Amino acid sequence: MSTLLEVSGMGKRFGGFVALDLIDLNLPEGQRLGLIGPNGSGKSTFVNCVCGTLRNETGQVRFAGQRVDALSAHERTRLGMARSFQLPRPFASLSLAENLRVPILYAANTRAESRIAQAAIPARCQEMLSLVGLADKAERLPSDLTQIEMRKLELARAMASSPRLLIADESLAGLSHAEVDEILALLIRLNEQGITVIMIEHIMRAVLAFSQRLVVLVAGRKVADGDPKDVVRDPEVVRAYLGE
Amino acid sequence: MRNAAFALILTAVAAVLFIALRWVNYSYAFVAGYAVLQFLVLGTGWNILGGYTGYVNFGVTAFFAIGAYTTVVLHKAAPFLPLPVMMLIGGTIAALAGLGTGYLTLRLRGVFFSIATLALAVVLQTLITNWDFVGGARGAYVIPPRTAPLIGGDYKQYLFLIMLITSIVVLVVARALERSTLGYGFAAIRDDEAAAEATGVPTLRLKLIATSLSGGFMGLAGAPMPYFMGYLNSTSTFDLNYAVNALAMPLIGGTSSWAGPVIGAALVGGLQEWLRVSNLQEWLHISIPSEANVLIVGVLMVTFVIAAPQGIVGLFRKKR
Amino acid sequence: MDVSLDLLLNAIISGLLLGGFYAAVSVGVGISFGLLDVVNIAHPAFILLGSYIANQANTRWGVDPILAAVIALPGFYALGTAVYQLYYVAFERRDDQALRGLSFFFGLLFIVEVALILVFGVDHQSVEAPYIGKSLDLGLVQLPFRLLVPFLVAMAMVIGLQMFLSRSFLGRAIQAVAQDQLALRLMAADPVRIKRIAFGLSIATASLAGAVLIIIQPVEPSIGREYIGRIFAICVLGGLGSFPGMVIAAMTLGIVESITATFFGPSWAPAVAFTVLLATLAVRPAGILGR
Repeated sequence: MSTLLEVSGMGKRFGGFVALDLIDLNLPEGQRLGLIGPNGSGKSTFVNCVCGTLRNETGQVRFAGQRVDALSAHERTRLGMARSFQLPRPFASLSLAENLRVPILYAANTRAESRIAQAAIPARCQEMLSLVGLADKAERLPSDLTQIEMRKLELARAMASSPRLLIADESLAGLSHAEVDEILALLIRLNEQGITVIMIEHIMRAVLAFSQRLVVLVAGRKVADGDPKDVVRDPEVVRAYLGE
Repeated sequence: MRNAAFALILTAVAAVLFIALRWVNYSYAFVAGYAVLQFLVLGTGWNILGGYTGYVNFGVTAFFAIGAYTTVVLHKAAPFLPLPVMMLIGGTIAALAGLGTGYLTLRLRGVFFSIATLALAVVLQTLITNWDFVGGARGAYVIPPRTAPLIGGDYKQYLFLIMLITSIVVLVVARALERSTLGYGFAAIRDDEAAAEATGVPTLRLKLIATSLSGGFMGLAGAPMPYFMGYLNSTSTFDLNYAVNALAMPLIGGTSSWAGPVIGAALVGGLQEWLRVSNLQEWLHISIPSEANVLIVGVLMVTFVIAAPQGIVGLFRKKR
Repeated sequence: MDVSLDLLLNAIISGLLLGGFYAAVSVGVGISFGLLDVVNIAHPAFILLGSYIANQANTRWGVDPILAAVIALPGFYALGTAVYQLYYVAFERRDDQALRGLSFFFGLLFIVEVALILVFGVDHQSVEAPYIGKSLDLGLVQLPFRLLVPFLVAMAMVIGLQMFLSRSFLGRAIQAVAQDQLALRLMAADPVRIKRIAFGLSIATASLAGAVLIIIQPVEPSIGREYIGRIFAICVLGGLGSFPGMVIAAMTLGIVESITATFFGPSWAPAVAFTVLLATLAVRPAGILGR
C-alpha cells in the first residue's frame, strides 16, 4: 500500500505559543485514521497546516509523493484533499445544492477521473445530499438548517470534491446515537470505495468503532500512534485525558 | 433563459427605444437617457466586484476617469480614431489598473482593498490635476464632431446609442456570470473566502478577474464623457457623486442580480432628473440646491443598506 | 547650502508638529479600527463636524476653539455610542460588515460632507485665537503657535488615552475585547457595551481633533476625504492596535509631507499619504509595530 500523506517534522507557532511540535505522520492510502486529543492540543491546527489554510513553519507535507508545502489551499484541494470545518462555514447565500456545486465545479471537475458533466451536476448534488440525509432540503438556504444539519452539509461539501483524502473535523458533534451510526456507516462506505479518511473526534465510541489506527495529540506533540486498543490503554494517554 | 435569447430581447427593446426617441426627436430625452445609461454601466460594473464577489471598490472615480482621460489623450494624439475604439482602449487600461490594484492588495483582507481603492482615486486625481497635457485642474476642451457618424443627426444621439449598446453588452455579461462557474466562485468568495479556498476555488485569481472586469466596465462608462460634456477638468471628473451613485444604485436596486443596478439606475437617475427639472421647488415654495439632490441619494443608500439589505430585487424575490 | 539647511530644518520641525496633530486625528481610528475592527471611514466627517462646531462657537461667541471642543466632548461621545449601536444592530450582528457596513460609513461620510456644504457653503472657514499668528522663536527654528498648540493638545490627548487604556479597568476591558470576546464575556462584561463605550470615545476624540484641525488650517467640507488616506496610512503603517506605532507613523508622515510640500509644492501633498498607504499595504501590511 502506498503512502498517501507524509508529514515530517511539522511545527507551527502562534507568537510565543507552540501549537505543533515536530509532528510526524505517515498515512497509507485507504487507511481509517482517528485523531484525538484534549481541547487545544493542536488537532485543528494540524488539519489547517496539512490542508494549506495555515502555513507551517518547519517540516514538510507530501501528498501522493508530491511536496505540497508551496501550494495554496485550493491547489491542495484540487489534488484530492478535502476537509470539513469544525465550525461549519457554509456559503450562506447559496442553496444546499449550490453549496455542493462549488466543490464539484472547482475541485472534482479539475481531474479527468472525477469530472462530472454540466447536465449531471444537479443529480450529483442531490445524491451527495441524500447520503447525509439532507436531500429534501436541497433548495433551502443554510440559515434554515440546525447546527447538526450544518455539520452534515460540511461533510457533504467535503465529499463533493471527490477527494482521495477526507478529513472530517468533529462532524459528529451533537448528533444522536442513531445519527452517529448513520454517518459512521457513510464514512466507512466511502473508505471502502477507496477514500482515505482522517476522523477527528471526541466521541470515543465512534472513534474506536471507526479507526484502524489511532493518533493522540497532547499540547502539540504526538504522544501515541498505533492500534486503537493499545493506544487507549497507554498510560500517557490516560493521564492526558483524566489528569494526574 | 439562455444568454443568447436574453441578448436578443435586450437588443430588440433597445432598438425600439432608440427608434422611437429618434422619431420623436426630443433632445432632452437623449441627454437624460445617456446619464441614466452611464450610471447603469457604472453600477453594473461596480456590482460585479461588489455585489457578486463582496469586495467594495470606493475608487470608482479612478476607473471612470481613466476611461475619460484616455479619450482626451487619444483625442489629442490620434483624433482619427473612432469613439468605440477609444472606448475599448480606455476600458482596457482601466481593467489593467484594476488588475494592478488587485494584485497589490487582494491578498489582504477586504477592507484593505477598499481603502486602497480610495487611495488610488486620490493619487490618480492628484496626478491628473498636475498633468498639463490633459488640462489638469484648468480643464481641457474636447470638441465633438458636428454630426454623428453612421446615423447622422445630433452627435449626442450617437453617444446615447453607443452607451445603449455598451449597456446591452455589460448586462449580458453580468447575467451570464451569475449562473456560470465563475459566478459560483464569486459567490463562494463573497460568502466565505476561507471556505471557498478550501473547496478548491482559486480565490486570488477569481478576485483579480472580477476586479479587472469591474474596472474595465467602469472605464467604459467614463470613456465617452469628454465628448458628451465638451469639456473636462479633474474636479468634475473625480466628483464624489459618481462614486456614491455607483454604489447606491446596486445597493438600492439589489446586489445579487443583474437587474439590481438597472432598477437602481432607473430609480435614482430618474429621481435626480425629476428633482432637477420638476416644479417641486415652486410647489413647496423652497429652493432646493443641486447638492440636496445628491444628498438624497446618499440618504437613500444608507437607508436601504440598513433596512433592506437585499435591495428592491430582494423585496420582490420569493423566499426559497 | 545654508539656506537649504534652514529650510529643511524648519520643514522637519513643522513636520514633527504636524505629525503630532496627525496622531490626534488618527487616534480615533486607532481605537475603532485598530481595537474594535470597525472600519469607520467616516471618521474625518466627524472631525469636520468638530471643526465647524469650534468655528461657530468661535465666530459667534468668541469662544476659544479648544474650549469649545472640550464642551462638545460629551455630545460627540453620545453620538459615537448611537452610531455604534446602529452599526451593531444593522451589520455586525448580521455579520454583514464587509459590503454593507463599509457602504454605511461611506454613505455617512458623504452625507455629512454634503450637509456641511448645504449649511455652510464651500468657502473656507477658520478660527481666531490670541495665539494664532505668533511664533516661538528659537533662533535657528521658528515654532508657530498655530502648530505648537495643536501639537501639545494632541499629545496630551493621545498620552491620556494610552494611559486610560493600559491603567483603568474599562480601558483594559477595551483592549481585551479586541483580543478575545469570549473571555471577556466569561468575566461578566458585556462586549457590546464595552465596544459601544470605546466607539463613543473614538468619536469624542474627533471633537478635539476637529478644533485642532481648524486652528492649523482653514477647513471646507471636502478636505475630509484627504484625511481618510492620512489616517489609514498612519494606522496601517504604525500597526493596528499599537498607539506608540501610530505616533511614530504620524510623525513620519508629517515630516515626509512637510518636506514634499516645501520642496515640490503643496499640490502634491495629498498624494503622499495615499502613496505611503499603498506602498505599506503592498510591502508590509502589518506595519512597523503591528500585532
